[in-house]
Amino acid sequence: MVANGPVLRLLPKLTDDVAFFWTSGEDGVLRFLRCHSCGFFVHPPAPVCRQCLSRDLAPEAVSGRGRVESFTVNYQQWIPGSDPYIVAWVSIDEQPAVRLTTNLVDVEPEDVRIGMPVRVVFEHVEDVWFPLFTPAEAGT
Amino acid sequence: MSATRAEEPMERRAIISGIGQSDVGRRLGRSELDLTVEAAQAAIADAGLTRDDIDGIATYPGMTAGPPGFSGPATPEVQDAMGLSVNWHDGGVEGPGQMRAVIAAALAVAAGLARHVLVYRTVTEGSAQGSGGRQGIGGAGGGGGGGGVPRFGGSMQWTLPFGAVSAANWLALVAQRRFHEFGLTREQLGQIAINARRNAGLNPKAIYTAPMSMGDYLAARMITTPLCLFDCDAPCDGSTAFIVSQRDLAGDLDHPAVQINAVGTALHGRPSWDQFDDMTTMAARDAGASLWLRTDLTPADVDTAQLYDGFSILTMVWLEALGFCGRGESGAFVEGGANIAREGLLPLNTAGGQLSAGRLHGFGFIHEACLQLRGEAGTRQVVRPGGRSPEVAAVANGGGPIAGTMLLTRGLA
Repeated sequence: MVANGPVLRLLPKLTDDVAFFWTSGEDGVLRFLRCHSCGFFVHPPAPVCRQCLSRDLAPEAVSGRGRVESFTVNYQQWIPGSDPYIVAWVSIDEQPAVRLTTNLVDVEPEDVRIGMPVRVVFEHVEDVWFPLFTPAEAGT
Repeated sequence: MSATRAEEPMERRAIISGIGQSDVGRRLGRSELDLTVEAAQAAIADAGLTRDDIDGIATYPGMTAGPPGFSGPATPEVQDAMGLSVNWHDGGVEGPGQMRAVIAAALAVAAGLARHVLVYRTVTEGSAQGSGGRQGIGGAGGGGGGGGVPRFGGSMQWTLPFGAVSAANWLALVAQRRFHEFGLTREQLGQIAINARRNAGLNPKAIYTAPMSMGDYLAARMITTPLCLFDCDAPCDGSTAFIVSQRDLAGDLDHPAVQINAVGTALHGRPSWDQFDDMTTMAARDAGASLWLRTDLTPADVDTAQLYDGFSILTMVWLEALGFCGRGESGAFVEGGANIAREGLLPLNTAGGQLSAGRLHGFGFIHEACLQLRGEAGTRQVVRPGGRSPEVAAVANGGGPIAGTMLLTRGLA
C-alpha cells in the first residue's frame, strides 16, 4: 500500500496570481487561467498569454480529466515519517501541453501506466485544495 | 567552415590556461573560502601567473540562498580574501548550467574586459549534510520549525506540496518516461554508475572507489523509482578553479593550452521542470544542438566526454543531446559498458563523475577534460586508438531545464 502523498504537505502562498488555482477545488472543479483572445490555457499563471501575448486572461473550469505522462514512487524520507507515495506528471485533456506535478491517489504503483486516464480529486489542507488524480473509471 | 558562420566563434579567443582543485572529501571540515583559495592558488600557479595578473573573477552560483553547502563563497569574498584587483566580475545562478561562469569568463576575455579570469565553483555539501539524510529543495524535510508549515511561492509551489521535493523526483519522472518511450532498463542505467565507479578507482580524490557490480547496483535501495541510491551523486566538499585567459598566453604555458572551441547555450523549450515539451530530454536537447552550430568538429571527433551525472539519467540524456547516439538510443549505446569505458568508443566520465568522485557540481567535469587533453590524467589517462592522446573533449553541465555544454580542444585551432 502506498500513501496518497507525503505526510506533510508544504503549502503555497496564496498570492493574488495563484490563489484561484489553489482554492479552485472548494467547489470540486479544477480551473486554469485561459486566454480569451486565443483560447490558450496558461499555466503556471502569468499576466500575459505566452502564445499570443494578450493580457485578457481569466480562470476557466476544465473537466478535471487528464492522463498520466510519467510517475515515480518516492521512498526517500525527504519529509520524515512519509510512507512511499506516487508523484506523477498529469496532462490535462483540454490542452495536453499543460501538466501538473501531482500525486496519484487510491491506486497502487503496479496498476499505474503511462497514458492511463485519470480524474481530479482534491485534498483540502487549511485554505488550499490540492488537485490530485485517481484512475478514471472506464466509460465515465 | 560552415557557410552560415561568417566569423570565428568568439569563445575560441579564450583558453583555459590553468586548473586547480582543492582537497576533495566527504566532510573535510574546512571553510568554503579556505577550499576556494587553495584551488585558486593552484590554478594561478598552473597558468604560470601570479595573483597580480588576475584581473577578473567569476563563479556559479554566487550569493544565493541555496541549500546548505551549495553556494560557496561569493566573488566579493574571494576577491577581498585574495587581494584581487579586477576589471570584470560576475557571479550568478541563471544561465547555461554551472559552466555559465566559465562561458561568461571566456566572453569577457574575448571582449577584452579582462585578460585572466579566476573562475571557481566551491561546495561544502558533504559537511552540510552532516550525519543526516540528504535534504530536499527549499529545506523540505528540514522541519517546519515552531511556526507551522512553511509556505512557498514561485516555481517551487508547483512541486513541493506533492512531495516532489528533490531533483531526484523530477528526474525520476524523466527516467520513467524514457523507460516507457525507449524501453530503457535499469541494467542500462546502471552502466553509467558502474562505469563511473570503475574510473573512480583510478582517481585518488574520488569519494567512492570500491568496485561496484551490476548486482550491487540492482540491490541498492530505491530513492524514487526507477532511481536508486547509486543513480544519485555523492555530496562532497571541494573547490575547483580555472584561469580563463586570452589565447595569446598559450605560447607562454609550460603545458598545452586548452581552447574553448565552442559553447552550447540554447534553451528553446519552456524553462520549467514539468512544462518542457519533450519530457525525455529537456534543455540538454537545445544546448547540445546549438553547440554543433558553432564548430566544424562533429561528435565523431570527440575523444572523451565528461557528461553531467548529478543523476545517472542525465548522462543518458546528454549522450543523445550531443549526438553521440540517436534519440532514445543511449540505453543500447551503454549496454554492457564497452562503448563508454576508457578504452572504448567514447571514454565517459573518466574521473568517476559526480556519482563516485563527488558532486563538484559541473566543474569537476571541466577539470577532468583539461587533464585528459593535457595528458596529465595519470593512471586513468585516455589513450585513443593508435596511441594518440585526446585532442577533443565534450563537457556538459546541468539537467532538466538547466543545460550548458562546451567543446574543448588541445592547443589552438
